[in-house]
Amino acid sequence: MKNRTLAEDFYKGLWQENPIFRQLLGMCPTLAVTNAVINGIAMGLAVAFVLIFSSVIISSLKKIFPPQVRIASYIVIIATFVTIADRFLQAFFPSISKSLGPYVPLIVVNCIILARQEAFSSKNPVGRSFIDALGMSAGFMLGLLILSSIREILGSGTFLGYQVLGSWFKPWLIMILPPGAFMTLGILLALAIQIEKKLKSRS
Amino acid sequence: MDIFTIFVSSILINNFVLHYFLGICPFLGVSKKLDSAFSMGLSVTFVMTITASVSWLINHLILIPYNLDYLQIVSFILVIASLVQLVEMFIRKMSPPLYQAMGIYLPLITTNCCIMGLALLIALKDYGFIEAVVFGVGSGIGFTLAILLMAGIREQLEISDLPEPLRGASIALIVAGIMALGFLGFSGMIK
Repeated sequence: MKNRTLAEDFYKGLWQENPIFRQLLGMCPTLAVTNAVINGIAMGLAVAFVLIFSSVIISSLKKIFPPQVRIASYIVIIATFVTIADRFLQAFFPSISKSLGPYVPLIVVNCIILARQEAFSSKNPVGRSFIDALGMSAGFMLGLLILSSIREILGSGTFLGYQVLGSWFKPWLIMILPPGAFMTLGILLALAIQIEKKLKSRS
Repeated sequence: MDIFTIFVSSILINNFVLHYFLGICPFLGVSKKLDSAFSMGLSVTFVMTITASVSWLINHLILIPYNLDYLQIVSFILVIASLVQLVEMFIRKMSPPLYQAMGIYLPLITTNCCIMGLALLIALKDYGFIEAVVFGVGSGIGFTLAILLMAGIREQLEISDLPEPLRGASIALIVAGIMALGFLGFSGMIK
């Protein structure tokens, strides 16, 4: 932990401690909003906004909080940023806000955010917490992108709304319904474990 | 929608785990043994019923009359956190056997997305008080049903010979997918 560089703080979020594939955090939004790539991107950005701002604020205020009420204080700070993100989406992107439904306000109970505050921001200086939050959000975004691309291409034959598969392709409706979400993520998790095993045996 | 329809559809069709994807963490984490899954389901049902009524009252008696609906997220999460704490203290005093059954799971529920999701969904769907409570009870039963089914399957999976990468969460998710496929069949029940 001692001699970690800033770059390592960033990269570990992408794979080694990827929130979705390695830590299994934040599963609810991951499964719920990935039926289209655009929803996945919007969710990823909303989580990134909340995570980065609350990490910076919490790591700069960490000496002020009495340890007994620290979790409650974190939750209030996180809830404030979630409200901002939710109101922003409602005002400027009403259609996305509608399709994400209750999942934007639910970022407040997303385990990724509270876990990073407790595990990292409350112990590290502002700069490193910022980089850590950036890496974690990038890793989360990556997971959402992979999952939503697979589901949108197979489930409706489109990518970001553009037709990518020809008219010969009959969309697999199941992929945009809940069962598709569970199964795709299950297979991706198995793949991630397999890749990690290969990487370990090589080094 | 009448009350009975809300009740049935919140258990079978709009199941919290398999349709709304809420409460996936306990669904994957506490579903290894049948009895702990049952305790978890019991605690969630209990807290959901109370949350449904309290969050409805707060939303309709405080937030909406005073135009404070932008405070919805902050107030719901604080209310849920303190409510769970109160319920825990109450049960410890009043009923030690019940506390034994669900004690350790209660604090975990605070940051469980299914409780917060319930409060938000009730506000979103604009339910009346009775409808909100029925929706809360039904969703809790639906959660219990899903986690019990899952635990039953996982107890069998533990002793079966799986390829290594599939063990643990991966196979649990795939099984949940097949379960969701089954539950999709119920959606024809209500038009």
